[in-house]
Amino acid sequence: MNEIRALILSEAKLLVRDPISWLAAIVLPSAILLIFGSIFAPHRPDPALGGLRWIDTFAPSLVVITTATLAIQTLPIRLATYREKGILRRLSTTPARPTGLLVAQLVIYSVTAVLGLILLVIVGKIAFDIPLPGNPIGYIAAFGLGMAGLLAIGLLLAAVAPSAGVATAIAVPLFFVVMFLGGVYLPRFLLPEVLVTIGDFTPPGVQGLQDAWLGSAPQLLPLAVLAGITLVVGVVASRAFRWE
Amino acid sequence: MHTIEVSDLTKRYGDHVAVDGVSFTVEPGEIFAILGPNGAGKTTTVESIVGLRTPDSGTIRVLGLDPKTDRDALRQRVGVQLQESELPDRMTVAEAVALFASFYADPADVETLIEDLGLTEKRDAQYRRLSGGQKQRLSIALALVGKPKVAILDELSTGLDPQARRATWQLIEAMRDRGVTVVLVTHLMEEAERLADRVAVIDGGRIVAIDTPSGIISRVSAEQKLRFRPSAPIEDRLLTDLPEVNGVERAGPLLVVTGTGNLIHAVTSVLAQHQVVANDLRVEQANLDDAYLALTARPAQELS
Repeated sequence: MNEIRALILSEAKLLVRDPISWLAAIVLPSAILLIFGSIFAPHRPDPALGGLRWIDTFAPSLVVITTATLAIQTLPIRLATYREKGILRRLSTTPARPTGLLVAQLVIYSVTAVLGLILLVIVGKIAFDIPLPGNPIGYIAAFGLGMAGLLAIGLLLAAVAPSAGVATAIAVPLFFVVMFLGGVYLPRFLLPEVLVTIGDFTPPGVQGLQDAWLGSAPQLLPLAVLAGITLVVGVVASRAFRWE
Repeated sequence: MHTIEVSDLTKRYGDHVAVDGVSFTVEPGEIFAILGPNGAGKTTTVESIVGLRTPDSGTIRVLGLDPKTDRDALRQRVGVQLQESELPDRMTVAEAVALFASFYADPADVETLIEDLGLTEKRDAQYRRLSGGQKQRLSIALALVGKPKVAILDELSTGLDPQARRATWQLIEAMRDRGVTVVLVTHLMEEAERLADRVAVIDGGRIVAIDTPSGIISRVSAEQKLRFRPSAPIEDRLLTDLPEVNGVERAGPLLVVTGTGNLIHAVTSVLAQHQVVANDLRVEQANLDDAYLALTARPAQELS
């Protein structure tokens, strides 16, 4: 336990010293909300959106920036770098298990994601009076499962990428796909239906995030599919993971 | 009990036999060097000893433990310094030592260790800002932080400047003085000659010699070589008649005399009888380099 705590503390310090990764995860979604919210004012309820303002539907999508940055980019690139530099191998010669390092990474990125989410909720409330997530339990479930699913994908990427360079080369386009399906680039109501459906059922399950934020319970089927994807991808990643 | 006992270790990678029936023992408190050309199987051998690789056959015991099945007990007692293993760029010296200390049941004192390795000034410096020598010393500190009974150091001084190398050697000697058994993997003869109590020369996956450094040298050649510039011409015959002399060669103004026994005395006596002075006299004896090259010699076309 002592060693896991030391690893978490150590990884957290390293993350804090590398501002690009956490600024993108914590600050960027709120900054985009502020910028877009100021440009595309005024905010009026739109009957086409069920009486919501466009910004009410946009804010939940911005969470995807946080979770995808951490899980799809930071995690696999960092782990692949650790492997390339022999850090994982070095650890495996000590009584510490390298799995402790994986646990530490998952913990700090999850905490960072929650920080990014909290900031986004607060900024949205203060700047544009976007309501707080209306179904908190449903939201926590959707957010947790979505993050877990993305982390599993990030781990799989870290497991199969032979080098940090390859990990980056795969992570960047994958990140954009996740962001696109999540409705960050184009509001989801402008996307073709098939893409919307794919976005519903694949991590981070943005429809569930949107529903729960707006107050209704997230649909169970997409959540169950998300949980299944997370489990399968997670198991494959842990089987495929190479320490050197 | 031997500290390390390796018997008939074999490891293949596909068709390539990396280690082919290697056996040796390391005794308590000694510095044992494993010497050999690149690709000879040195690293595979030590990686098997520390349990990073599973041998295809053969047995390994370290402090009586099996590196595979007694993994956790062994990790507490064996400190390892791996070839080409780094740390995260932004981790500081003190953080790295403290982190690794947290892995062990009874770690060394972090600040004392940092001081012992001359890293006090750099304790808050990030890894990316350290020089090669400082990184190497940090790596040694991490190998020692668990107060190991055995330290295994792979390519310790590769890439270090001569000064840092000598400082590192002093650290190894200090380690032995503290009772740590040291296994040193190297391809630097000077390092093995200076530090090791015994040397194993490994080539093509097999051990070709195990002995003290001087034992290995004498195995290969007892021949000495004298080089000097005679102050006056002297006939070769006067020298070749000496029982100690095996051959005389001329290289420009230099005379090169090879032989055995008390060669220098015999040659300078003859020169003195004929009022010839040996200017710029140099004595060359076979060293570990020569012995190593002889032991690991292979046909020239293989080298090119």
